[in-house]
Amino acid sequence: MIPVAFDYEVAESVDHAIELLGQYGDESKLLAGGHSLIPIMRLRLAAPSVLIDLGRLENLRYVRDGGDHLKIGALTRHRDLAFNDMVAEHCGIVGYTAGLLGDPSVQHRGTIGGTLSHGDASGDMPSVITALEGSIVIQGPNGERVVKAADFFQDYMVTDLGEQEVVTEVRVPKLGQNTGWSYKKFARRSQDWAMVGVAAVVERSNGSIGSARIALTAMGATPIRATSVEQALSGASPDAVVEAAQSADEGTSPASDAAASAEFRRHLARVWTQRAVEEALSR
Amino acid sequence: MTQAPERYMGGGLPRKEDPNLVTGRANWTDNIKLPGMVHLAMLRSPFARAKVTKLDVSGALERPGVVGAFTGQELADQWPGGVPCGAQVSDQQKTPFFPPLVTDEVRHVGDVVAVVVASDRYTAQDALEAIVVDYDPLPPVVNMEAALAEGAPLVHEDLGTNECFKYTAGVEGMDELFDAPDDTQQEGGGVRGPNVGGQGDTNEALRRADVVIKERYIQQRLLPTAIEPRAVVASPEPGHEGIVMYSSTQIPHLAKIVLSLSTGIPENQIRVVAPDVGGGFGSKLNVYREEIIAVVLAKKLGMPIKYVEDRSENYQATIHGRGQIQDIELAANSDGKILGLRVKLLDDMGAYLQLLTPAIAISGAALFPGVYNFENFAIEIKGVFTNLTPTDAYRGAGRPEACYAIERAMDSLAHELGMDPAEVRRRNFFEPFDEPTANPAGLEYDSFNLQGVLERAIELADYEALRQEQQRRRESGDPVQLGIGFSTYTEICGLGPSQALAGLGIGGAGWEAANVRMLVTGKVEVATGTSPHGQGHETSWSQIAADVLGVTPDDVDVIHGDTDAVPFGRDTYGSRSLAVGGIAVYHAANKVVEKGKKIAAHMLEASEDDIEFEGGRFSVAGSPDQNVTIQDVAGAAYLAASLPEGMEPVLNETSIYDPPNFTFPFGAHICVTEVDTETGKVKLRDYIAVDDCGPVINPTIVDGQLHGGLAQGIAQALYEGVVYDEEGNLVTASMVDYMIPGAPELPNFTLDRTVTPSPSNPLGVKGVGEAGTIGAPPAVINSIVDALSPLGVKHVDMPASPMRVWKAIQNAQGKQSGDRQIDASLGASGADIRQGR
Repeated sequence: MIPVAFDYEVAESVDHAIELLGQYGDESKLLAGGHSLIPIMRLRLAAPSVLIDLGRLENLRYVRDGGDHLKIGALTRHRDLAFNDMVAEHCGIVGYTAGLLGDPSVQHRGTIGGTLSHGDASGDMPSVITALEGSIVIQGPNGERVVKAADFFQDYMVTDLGEQEVVTEVRVPKLGQNTGWSYKKFARRSQDWAMVGVAAVVERSNGSIGSARIALTAMGATPIRATSVEQALSGASPDAVVEAAQSADEGTSPASDAAASAEFRRHLARVWTQRAVEEALSR
Repeated sequence: MTQAPERYMGGGLPRKEDPNLVTGRANWTDNIKLPGMVHLAMLRSPFARAKVTKLDVSGALERPGVVGAFTGQELADQWPGGVPCGAQVSDQQKTPFFPPLVTDEVRHVGDVVAVVVASDRYTAQDALEAIVVDYDPLPPVVNMEAALAEGAPLVHEDLGTNECFKYTAGVEGMDELFDAPDDTQQEGGGVRGPNVGGQGDTNEALRRADVVIKERYIQQRLLPTAIEPRAVVASPEPGHEGIVMYSSTQIPHLAKIVLSLSTGIPENQIRVVAPDVGGGFGSKLNVYREEIIAVVLAKKLGMPIKYVEDRSENYQATIHGRGQIQDIELAANSDGKILGLRVKLLDDMGAYLQLLTPAIAISGAALFPGVYNFENFAIEIKGVFTNLTPTDAYRGAGRPEACYAIERAMDSLAHELGMDPAEVRRRNFFEPFDEPTANPAGLEYDSFNLQGVLERAIELADYEALRQEQQRRRESGDPVQLGIGFSTYTEICGLGPSQALAGLGIGGAGWEAANVRMLVTGKVEVATGTSPHGQGHETSWSQIAADVLGVTPDDVDVIHGDTDAVPFGRDTYGSRSLAVGGIAVYHAANKVVEKGKKIAAHMLEASEDDIEFEGGRFSVAGSPDQNVTIQDVAGAAYLAASLPEGMEPVLNETSIYDPPNFTFPFGAHICVTEVDTETGKVKLRDYIAVDDCGPVINPTIVDGQLHGGLAQGIAQALYEGVVYDEEGNLVTASMVDYMIPGAPELPNFTLDRTVTPSPSNPLGVKGVGEAGTIGAPPAVINSIVDALSPLGVKHVDMPASPMRVWKAIQNAQGKQSGDRQIDASLGASGADIRQGR
């Protein structure tokens, strides 16, 4: 629980952070809320020689109306999202899920950009942004690029983020009146990582389901879309949910660990998908 | 007229301790900074069993800031007694030498191979990486049944066996009916417990029974997880030969003795101080190798040394709790009356014996019959060495294990007979009594009114309505089923009568000391040999002294936790402090009043026989205007200008109280669960606990003890459990993986009390520190099984994780016979051993 010695740099701007990343290379790590990075440093599972602190980039803490979408600054804290009116009105699943992350002290420190960059498949926000088909704005030495969530999460704790790049913004669509959502998190304790999580964004259309977008947490190395359930539900009656949810674990590769076996995770994914879609339809 | 003062005992006085604790002004051991202090770090084994073939600390010595680096070979002559074990539970008990630093073989992950002393903790920790160690890994023993098998690797080769001890009571011919063949390699062992005896003929009872419940229960290992990890500062005492050790310990007085036995430093040259201690739960009822190393090196180097374990070390190297396999047979007639009980235990010692390791199961042995009155009882306990962290006392220490087994079996009996679980309990309860009454193991219970607590709990739970709701959910096929679980328990508190403790193999000395003195200004100092680490003794002892002396609790200062300030004491564990130490305070305070009466008579020129004492005033009977206050008397006693002839000055009285018996609090708990049959998730909807710990000194503190105890008991039932892999690596090595529940996981507890005084002490008090951890686990599991019984589920092992509950449902439904399934992952060990990684 005692980290290896490291140096500490303060980024005064995004450009400065990029410059510092260039200077220190892969020996360095960006520090946002620190609630994922610091614990693994204390266990000496990570031993960066330099931390580049983004904490003073106040201009990256915001929620803005982008027309058909919301723009969320990368350093916006979970707690601020959980209590943001614009988020609650237009994309409630983001605020709701932010309120589930860790415990209040984690929520007060952790940031949306940090949790996405960390790329932990047991994290809740990656699945939510994936189900929303949101996108991630990245700045690097060659300027800015926008990456779809589906392309951002590449493997276990591996993202599309380059060595000298910084996540600056997250964009999520405004959900219309006819779109319901649910995030079902299965965890033994309230502050735990998800054992399994299901994010569902379901559009209603004349008493039936228009479309459903479902992303699973902790069912593989990255957030995984439950595509066969989505297909089965497209244009289907709400009565089809129970049957459709049975294929929720298709194409997943959950781990077996002290918390749950792969078999149990598959079972939970099916039960939780059914309940998430039902909840989304009722919301 | 004197006015009767407020009576403080029985009132919820706010805790005197809390302002400092909640404002960060507590004095933790880690806050202690002494001039020239250096820091210690431990190099711990990554292997559960390995020969150390090379060890070279020279690399560490080259690091800047490193003061020293030491191996076991270098320091072996500093600790002739090793880490002492204070328990000898049978004549043949095998007690291995426990070296603070190993010399040739490591025996569990976290065993200590070498140490570094450096100018700061970071430097010390980093320098560990410069130590070169070569290990030759050997196959470890991680499973108790495998450990006892022919040809098993030996944790201690010099002992020739992994069986630490065998303890039996009333077992003649017992194996005839147990399936598992006994190994007869080691006979008997001598039953040492005077009150722990087998009674009657269990074979005969089992033969004539209508029903025999035969079950295997697992007590998983638990991590005590005090909020303050272990911490020690050892320092050569300025101006003295000796050593002072500040330690986050429950037992400064015992530690002084044990340190002397270990190191050979004369006892009178050791001072131990327990500053504010942030919890212990039994885990600090020990003297650890790290404390011994710190003391030895402080003496050798002539410098103050600090060691503070981190949470990873806390999980690997602080003792674990529980770790039992329980095979039990409960015989009964079709009317539910119990005929006999037989118990076979395997108890996991771990790799070494800590202070009380072998005594833990023994201390619960006589409680397996629980609160039920029947005749035939037998028990056999084997202690088993494994290549895992040593076990020892953890909140309840032997009693939760016993309570769980009998309370689970009572529910199985009720289910087998189709009886209400409350009714089967009622039919076997002792009738109320208030004089010592022997239980089936020969243990003398002090006073019971079991009917009172059970009926009150049933009333508070609105039991009939719950059963109706349960029926509705069953009929409608609700995926969320309702469970109602009972537990009626008793426990041994107030450790204890010295003679009885000697019988349990832990030496004796169960007394407690208190000194009550009144200062010239009329203020009161109470020095107690108990050593609180969260219990609130400063408050409760003030209440006792205040009532006896007729002063206010604010007038009383309680001194504790320093062997110089309080020379005699036996410290705090086993829910002993109030029923032993509190009584010593009561007696010492009464002695002050008695002496005061003589002085008052002298001052009032009256006969001592005519002096009455009430409300802090001594007055002459029939002439209430003739009076002096106790403060006046204290001043006169101190100044000694005019005292009765031959009387020594000062009101300064000591009591060393050895209790005549243990005390036996009891209670009835009802746990209401909602069990999601599709996910296995258990929600605690309500928890009703009606406890009887005799008269209560401070109800707020008692409620707090119950809240914490229930949380830890619920944690064992639902959340916590040590997991090792087959190589003996601790999988639940951090608070991410080891599931300590928090407030969101717990219901609002419904607490109530009845009051049945103990006849064993003048206040009638019993003890309450462990009640929650004892009562809760079976209530929770019984509730889950009750919810799932229509699905054919007969048992779920602890912790009842969602996966385990779901599997139990799957297994029950897959097998029409509904045979009891033992969770394969539990294997045959108290530790949960996971296959593969």
